[in-house]
Amino acid sequence: MKSQDMKSQKMKLRNMKLEIIKISVLALSLSALNFNVHAETAEEKGLAIAVEADKRDTGWGDQQAQLEMTLRNRFGQESKRKNRNKTLEVKGDGDKTLIVFDTPRDIKGTAFLSFTHALKADEQWIYLPALKRVKRISSSNKSGPFLGSEFAYEDIASQEVAKYKYKYLRDEKINGRDCYVVEAYPQYKKSGYTRLINWVDKEMYQPLKTDFYDRKNTLLKTLIYTKHKQYLNKFWRAGLMEMNNHVTGKSTSLVFKEYKFKTGLKDKDFNRNALKRAR
Amino acid sequence: MRIKNFFSLLLIFYSSTGLSAEWSGQIGVEVRLFTESAAYTQQHGHNSSVYLQPEFYHQFESGNSSFTFVPYLRIDQHDNERSHADIRELTWVNVQDNLEWRVGIRKVFWGVTESQHLVDIINQTDSVDSTDGEEKLGQPMLNLSYITDIGSFDVFVLPYFRERTFAGKDGRLRTQPYVDTSTVFYESSKKEKHIDYALRWAHSIDEWDLGVSYFSGTSRDPRFIVGTDSSGASVLNPYYDVIQQAAVDLQATYGSWLWKLESIHRAGIGGASNNSYNAFAGGVEYTFYSAIGEATDIGLVFEYLRDDRGESATTPFQKDVMLGIRFNLNDEQSTDALIGVIKDLDKDAAIYSFEANRRLTNNLKLSVEARKYSNLTPADILYSYLKDDYVQIEFVYYF
Repeated sequence: MKSQDMKSQKMKLRNMKLEIIKISVLALSLSALNFNVHAETAEEKGLAIAVEADKRDTGWGDQQAQLEMTLRNRFGQESKRKNRNKTLEVKGDGDKTLIVFDTPRDIKGTAFLSFTHALKADEQWIYLPALKRVKRISSSNKSGPFLGSEFAYEDIASQEVAKYKYKYLRDEKINGRDCYVVEAYPQYKKSGYTRLINWVDKEMYQPLKTDFYDRKNTLLKTLIYTKHKQYLNKFWRAGLMEMNNHVTGKSTSLVFKEYKFKTGLKDKDFNRNALKRAR
Repeated sequence: MRIKNFFSLLLIFYSSTGLSAEWSGQIGVEVRLFTESAAYTQQHGHNSSVYLQPEFYHQFESGNSSFTFVPYLRIDQHDNERSHADIRELTWVNVQDNLEWRVGIRKVFWGVTESQHLVDIINQTDSVDSTDGEEKLGQPMLNLSYITDIGSFDVFVLPYFRERTFAGKDGRLRTQPYVDTSTVFYESSKKEKHIDYALRWAHSIDEWDLGVSYFSGTSRDPRFIVGTDSSGASVLNPYYDVIQQAAVDLQATYGSWLWKLESIHRAGIGGASNNSYNAFAGGVEYTFYSAIGEATDIGLVFEYLRDDRGESATTPFQKDVMLGIRFNLNDEQSTDALIGVIKDLDKDAAIYSFEANRRLTNNLKLSVEARKYSNLTPADILYSYLKDDYVQIEFVYYF
């Protein structure tokens, strides 16, 4: 199992490594100085949108939410699973996330701890309550399905600016809202995708839609983000995410409930002892 | 514990907690079919068994303390020793900033390897429950855990010893002669009231997870002394030494590779403090993610097991290798399977095993398990299991 970051939207871009911020800011300001009539390249504009989205989503500290996942096969048969997530924002690196599973009942009490990193391998542990055993697990499984759903582990992991290279494509409206359309190319190892296309809302700097292209560069999945709400007068979160697999006809929806921010979580709530205690 | 006492305890508990209680739990029904007729006259060709394991959990209003109660009851068709009750957990936990107090009956797991658990020593094995040795009896303890930036430090005081469970003379998968637990010997004159203690440090540094532990007290693994039961038949009686054990466990996680090692040094066997030995289990696990289709992972496990007591070891794994293939379908039903073999390197003896699990509904899970004991000779500890190859089907309902 892998990170199920609740603000897991594909374009939730933040916590870029300091050096990369410096370099990109320097690059942007240098080019502005040198060329009076600056022609920003599509790559620069794509990165600038990602950096801005990241900047706007920095400073929330910690958050908690309840999550209900509904899996549907092509015949419309459903199965549901529930879990609770806690996330700690780590400045200058990826976040720490703890997930506790409530249903299906046979995995009740199973808990998952993840320290995400931009380009270095994530650190992950799973707690198996029947054996009271904490297991360190490999984080190489980026493209595998999370809990049998249409979300891959890489879709729900904490999103860092440095995980992708970007290219701005065009402006486009979705449901009457103005969006930047930005292509993103995974830079981490073992991604199942050649590219993603993100529709980023110009006002919220949050994605409204993502198309995922597989290794053969064919459209595999589409993710639609809706029911956005703003928290602490600053941070936007989607309340519903729906992933459709165009190849299998299966879909998975994620409903986020009871978002709480700045609840006072600390590092000590994200270690192996906390994993064993999580209920 | 007597089964009658178990029920009255459960009843008292249920009524005192009232409606605000948070109960969950599981009920399992199991059928074991043996592929050969029994080696010993009292044994039977197949066996059914049920277990009940409710769980009560309460978190106190402060959020810093919680209380857990997990009683356990198994009823077996043929083996009176396998019909038994236990308290798996009865614990109060309190968390302060960097300190965690845990008082009561609990289960604790240490270690990293898959084939056997050398380092794991706090709890006694409930060996009648499962043949893999992973079911444990609840252990009374006082445990203080201190979390620092250089790892977690644990101190355990263990005031009461739990005897290992053994199949009775009517049960399959037992020694010949059978183990008679009505007579038990201890090195310590305090017997089961000898106070044991344990220390552990555990830490994670990037790709490395490591633990160092020390245990002083009554050995969880008994030796056996030949005796007679009330009918005058020959039996084995457990003898529990007082031992000291130092141990390390280590895992390195690099990409799809897991490198694992457990090693112990144990002193005090046979009552003499210089009578010591070393044992080792270590190996590697590699997973091919999405190896079949879009989702199925295939994992390969290889472990080497060593016990420098050789043929006089009290475990069957004095010089063995374990090979395993794990399939994880990553589907909606969380289907998985593990095929494995533990092979003796000096002899032909081998144990083959198969385990598979699949969720049938939100509350119901199916598990299938099979084991084959192959080419055992009278010198092998498990020789009396030779006719006990079996297939087991278990349904577990979670509530």
